[in-house]
Amino acid sequence: VMISARAYGDNGKMKEYHYTGPVEHKFSPYAFNGGTVLAVAGEDFALVASDTRLSEGYSIHSRDSPKCYKLTDTTVIGCSGFHGDCLTLTKIIEARLKMYKHSNNKSMTSGAIAAMLSTILYGKRFFPYYVYNIIGGLDEEGRGAVYSFDPVGSYQRDTYKAGGSASAMLQPLLDNQIGFKNMENVEQLPLTLEKAVQLVKDVFISAAERDVYTGDALKICIITKEGIREEIVPLRKD
Amino acid sequence: MALLDVCGISDWVKEDTFSAQKASVDRVNHFNFAAREPELAVPIGVDPAEFLKPFTDCEDGVEGVTIKLEHGTTTLAFKFQHGVMVAVDSRASAGAYVSTQMFKKVIEINPYLLGTMSGSAADCVYWERVLARECRIYKLRNKERISVSAASKLLANMVANYRGMGLSMGTMICGWDKKGPGLYYVDDNGLRLSGNMFSTGSGNSYAYGVMDSGYRYDLTVPEAYDLAQRAIFHATHRDAYSGGTVNMYHMQETGWIKVSQEDVGELYHRFAAEKK
Repeated sequence: VMISARAYGDNGKMKEYHYTGPVEHKFSPYAFNGGTVLAVAGEDFALVASDTRLSEGYSIHSRDSPKCYKLTDTTVIGCSGFHGDCLTLTKIIEARLKMYKHSNNKSMTSGAIAAMLSTILYGKRFFPYYVYNIIGGLDEEGRGAVYSFDPVGSYQRDTYKAGGSASAMLQPLLDNQIGFKNMENVEQLPLTLEKAVQLVKDVFISAAERDVYTGDALKICIITKEGIREEIVPLRKD
Repeated sequence: MALLDVCGISDWVKEDTFSAQKASVDRVNHFNFAAREPELAVPIGVDPAEFLKPFTDCEDGVEGVTIKLEHGTTTLAFKFQHGVMVAVDSRASAGAYVSTQMFKKVIEINPYLLGTMSGSAADCVYWERVLARECRIYKLRNKERISVSAASKLLANMVANYRGMGLSMGTMICGWDKKGPGLYYVDDNGLRLSGNMFSTGSGNSYAYGVMDSGYRYDLTVPEAYDLAQRAIFHATHRDAYSGGTVNMYHMQETGWIKVSQEDVGELYHRFAAEKK
């Protein structure tokens, strides 16, 4: 994965192609592996869904590489971006969870995991993890919680959030259907689990149509007080 | 031990100088999981600010890899006869994409201290959380609340250590202490200014225009609320990177109160109706 320093002009844009003499090639530590993640919080449930395609450039490395990782019985994290950083980050989170469990004799709550992840990400402020994270789970009162992050640790609690390559396509639709934005005189019914699952499936099917990096299969983790249930739905493989 | 750290004792308990334990600095890339001490990693052999620029600033990034960090905003604060008004917008953008319209840009450090955030969201959230921790430790050690002057100085000194490395933070620390209402502007270069009126962020010039035209020290409380809200509203109207809702706080002698949180869409219709 090479980038050429000489090929970038002063304003940061790539220069026109022509031979400029010997060019210095630099190693880029990142790659873009695609994938979309989505989380929705309800009254007493949370959903974390991701597609399972792992790509790089024009190739698909795997059709079965989900981006949801189970952290505790009540929390799941979705990570998309650079797969290498996703793996390392989840490894570090799991180590910190174990350390917390051994020191404090209890599992970390969703809110605590979110706050901890923010500081882990900020620890690499000057050499970021190229990962877009979304945590979904139940808070201490059993209500659904979603926490969304930027690559360096800015985060906040949401009701719903999409991240990854097709996020800009999914987020506006969720704003309308779950947030009732830009609609007037509509009855704002609370979101049920069945409706949320159906919405997530529909929304990913649409994303797979229009985003090349999203497709193959959809994995939904449904978190309720009974535990975490998984559903796998096939998507377009093209 | 956590209790020893809070009391400040481990600061002056000397480590055994002949111990074989070397600093992490001597073991390159060793990661202690940051469980006890915060660890900040830097790319090796490159200037950190220059390293990130091709990823964050270019349209296509580097070979399709763009790392867009969340930025915002317009914030303002002014002192008047009844205390300090603080008003902020709530949009966080990552490049041209609006990541969220409901970002909390005011951090409630304690019932008598508020911090606003503008610039890079992660930088502000992290350093103001560290500031909140330092303020809490101060209160535990000294049995009285930290002054606004000291709190803002702590923040300014913390970020001054990272000067030139690409941090982006413009914040106002507002509070009420023994000297009365306090308002300080602190930014990522370590600049710290005390004043009566500040506005930060990409929309600050619009906010200054509205604030300057309506500001008097002897505003009444409803007039001050109206002025602060209008200033942010007009900034969100004209600045693409500001928007969402206007969050307002009022710092009084008895502590801060959250005045209101109104969507700018609703405000637009309310102000338009007034014009008729």
